[in-house]
Amino acid sequence: MVDAKTVTREDVLEVIRSELKGFEVEEGDVKGEASFDSLGLDSLDLVELSVRIEDAYGIDIEEDDLKEVWTVDNAIDVVLAKLGKS
Amino acid sequence: MTSREGVALVTGASRGIGRAAALRLASDRWPVAVNYRSDAEGAKETVALIESSGGQAVLACGDVSTADGIEETYGAAEAVGPVLVLVNNAGVRRDTLAAMMKRDEWDDVIRTNLDGAFFASKRALKRMISARWGRIVNVASVIGLRGNPGQTNYAAAKAGLIGLTKSLSLEVAKRGITVNAIAPGLVKTTLTENLGNFDDLAKTMPIGRIVEAEEVAAAIAFFASEDAGAITGQVLCVDGGMTA
Repeated sequence: MVDAKTVTREDVLEVIRSELKGFEVEEGDVKGEASFDSLGLDSLDLVELSVRIEDAYGIDIEEDDLKEVWTVDNAIDVVLAKLGKS
Repeated sequence: MTSREGVALVTGASRGIGRAAALRLASDRWPVAVNYRSDAEGAKETVALIESSGGQAVLACGDVSTADGIEETYGAAEAVGPVLVLVNNAGVRRDTLAAMMKRDEWDDVIRTNLDGAFFASKRALKRMISARWGRIVNVASVIGLRGNPGQTNYAAAKAGLIGLTKSLSLEVAKRGITVNAIAPGLVKTTLTENLGNFDDLAKTMPIGRIVEAEEVAAAIAFFASEDAGAITGQVLCVDGGMTA
């Protein structure tokens, strides 16, 4: 489990990049502004990714949180909010 | 025999079909979470029966018709591992003619038989999606296929469960998760004990006898198996020919 106090935006991006390898997404394509749709992820992929991020950070990502997630930046915002960083 | 690292959660497993399913899944090497709402003695007996056969089981108390009860149930089950097999079996009956049916008699049956199955499934899905494997088996009823006077609430709940089965199966099919339903006919359990004289009822069955809970459990175990990976969204009647 990570220390929430030290987590940065770049850290979360790295975790997302790492987890997206399991979805056969090119690491270089995973940028903040990239939409998950453009990365080839569907809604169920997003649910799967959210479980992996939950496990990485020890947080709960709710249904309503996921509804606001379209881009990698959106996902980072959710994680940082859950960690009390925004 | 499973080699997967997960748990089979059976709701309403203190007796009847639920207990038989729990025993059968344990014999297929699944650690089993034995859910119950109020019959602690029955649930403990189910656990003891599994353990005496060399299986692994844990009590998972919780009323699956409520959000808190589902969390309580999963808390106990997930202490052993992720729920990769879910058998939605918990059910109640409040039989009466529609013209006489009170609001709470309708609500109770829908909440436990249908809402409970949906929310227990929803709770399981994230882990199943993450594991890219899962089995959900809903215990419906032939009454959800053909109706029965005095059971509009039960029939609606069980028909709803069949619709849920079919839609959910399509949503998660690509993730290695199957969702199927069993439609038992007349099975002698505490849920059906006041339906009439079972000797007389047996004569009306095409097979000439009542269906055993273990026969329903065998069908549940098949849907939960690796072998049934290409079968999803289906309803299997284990009804002694009632719907033939």
